[in-house]
Amino acid sequence: MSAVVATVIDRRAGARRMHVWLGLILAVVSVISLTSGASGTSLAAVVGKLLSGTELSQMEQVVLWDIRAPRLILGILVGMALAVSGAVMQGLFRNPLADPGLVGVGAGAGLGAVLAIVLGGMLPVVLQDWVGNWLVPLAAFVGAWSSTMILYRVSTRRGRTSVATMLLAGIALGALAAAITGVMIYLSDDRQLRDLTFWGLGSLAGATWAKVMVAGPLIVLALAGSHFLSRGLNGLALGEATAHHLGINVQALKNGAILSVAAASGAAVAVSGGIGFVGIVVPHLLRLATGPDHRTLLPNAALLGATLLLLADIMARTVVAPAELPIGIVTAVIGSPVFLWILLRRRGLVDL
Amino acid sequence: MRGHLALRCSRLSFALCLYLGGVAVASAAEEEPVLSIGGSLTEIVFGLDQAHRLVARDSTSTWPAEAEALPDVGYMRALSPEGVLSVDPGLIIAEEGSGPQETIDILEAADVRFVIIPETYSASGIVDKIIAVGEALEVPDIAASYAARIEAELAVAQAQAAASAKASSAPKRVLFVLSTRGGRVMAGGENTAAEGIIAMAGGVNAARDFQGYKLMSDEAITVAAPDVILMMARDGAHAGDDELFSIPAIASTPAGRDRNVIRIPGLLLLGFGPRTPQAISTLSGALYGDG
Repeated sequence: MSAVVATVIDRRAGARRMHVWLGLILAVVSVISLTSGASGTSLAAVVGKLLSGTELSQMEQVVLWDIRAPRLILGILVGMALAVSGAVMQGLFRNPLADPGLVGVGAGAGLGAVLAIVLGGMLPVVLQDWVGNWLVPLAAFVGAWSSTMILYRVSTRRGRTSVATMLLAGIALGALAAAITGVMIYLSDDRQLRDLTFWGLGSLAGATWAKVMVAGPLIVLALAGSHFLSRGLNGLALGEATAHHLGINVQALKNGAILSVAAASGAAVAVSGGIGFVGIVVPHLLRLATGPDHRTLLPNAALLGATLLLLADIMARTVVAPAELPIGIVTAVIGSPVFLWILLRRRGLVDL
Repeated sequence: MRGHLALRCSRLSFALCLYLGGVAVASAAEEEPVLSIGGSLTEIVFGLDQAHRLVARDSTSTWPAEAEALPDVGYMRALSPEGVLSVDPGLIIAEEGSGPQETIDILEAADVRFVIIPETYSASGIVDKIIAVGEALEVPDIAASYAARIEAELAVAQAQAAASAKASSAPKRVLFVLSTRGGRVMAGGENTAAEGIIAMAGGVNAARDFQGYKLMSDEAITVAAPDVILMMARDGAHAGDDELFSIPAIASTPAGRDRNVIRIPGLLLLGFGPRTPQAISTLSGALYGDG
């Protein structure tokens, strides 16, 4: 007994140490992200100039302040949102393959974006001028949020949400969204078709301070909220009935989990397009390393998710410079072999 | 803290504006480095003898061969702001529809001149394009004479094409096929560059009643009854003739019976640039057999 307690404590201490390490790595990667890019601007040169009081060239100012800085912040936010949402979903569904896509976020956001890209031109001119570039992110967020809410309604009866119904209804709703998306693809012209494809592959290239200001608070709030879910998610790992008897308000937990995931990953998808695998790979790696306790898993997932997304973004923008790869390609290329490796190493997961 | 920073930044950029303004007035004649986004625009820059000013191109600029040696900033609809800035252009000329808007906003913040050149699929559209590029490059005189030359070439090519179309029993019905992946035919309908070039070469677009490039049903292809299939030439594309004519819908048309297919490189055929007269002559020659 005492040995078991000792390992648990040991694991928790390990996970706490992990906070520090991951935080440090994230800091280092952030600096690398600010320093690397297609243009020759380097952070060291700029810091040197600032210290010696020399004026920055306008090029340096724009590259660092208008391009790399918002991109860095947005990358951190999106990475955190995707990884934490993935961890929360896996906890809620008690399924290692769960990700925000299960509650319709991906399908809904995709449908919203496609509708905006293809039919955006038909909106009244006044409205077009008013929303401008925000049409696609806005539509993606509305799509993500509303499809999650529809799913939630469908699977909630007499104040109780059935996780199984939600999963199945999610598949049905996903198929419906895919069908409507197909109709839109058919209606689109070749330019819109290119836009759709690029949107689906995700990118942080369009990062602006305005996007950070809009998506940031939403993601930060949702992530902060998800921290209060961790004890409940730990209880839920034992099953809904057991969790209930442990004194956990299971319905409130579900509400909280679904709302925070819809807000965080909906906002993330809206500003960056479809970025896969971060939500699945990050929580798995951490569970293998430091165990499944959500109290430490969620903050670690946030840190590692942000780190991985920044690394992927650095690759995306330097490999084919001065052009740029969509980041979804990079995360999938890195993520899918890692994911397969995890599955094969831990056969138990496949046999679930 | 942030207010302080913002203040410093704005002061800094004010000073910079003054500085840059002075530079611009002092050296208006100095030639800015140019980034060309769009295959036909790059061709025009070469035609205007301004190729030495090009520092980079986009992925659609594949002609002439010298252009391919320039750094490639990626696809015109998905430009990365830092990638574009890294080639340090003073002027960017871009085809209509280049973007995304976020990138353009940042480039404007960086004081890079960004000129969008409108696109129309007609002879006058090409002339306007050349004039617009000439104005952006500040070589209006060269552009005017070059545009006049291309306009004359276009007129000659179109007149020849019209004459040979008249000499033939009836104008040829042409179906532009973008792709035949999986036996499904993606064809060029109304308001496409394909329709524009077919009309200029004295042909008739067989695919009507839909806009843009769409999948065409087998029956619609049979009803359209094209005399000729027009496709973009790719490397080693001629191997695909058997595959093309094995598609039942195409096999049943006059084009399928006579195995009539014309393949022309995509940028030449659909670019609507200075090589369009050549594209018209090539297409018309292939259609009416007098090229």
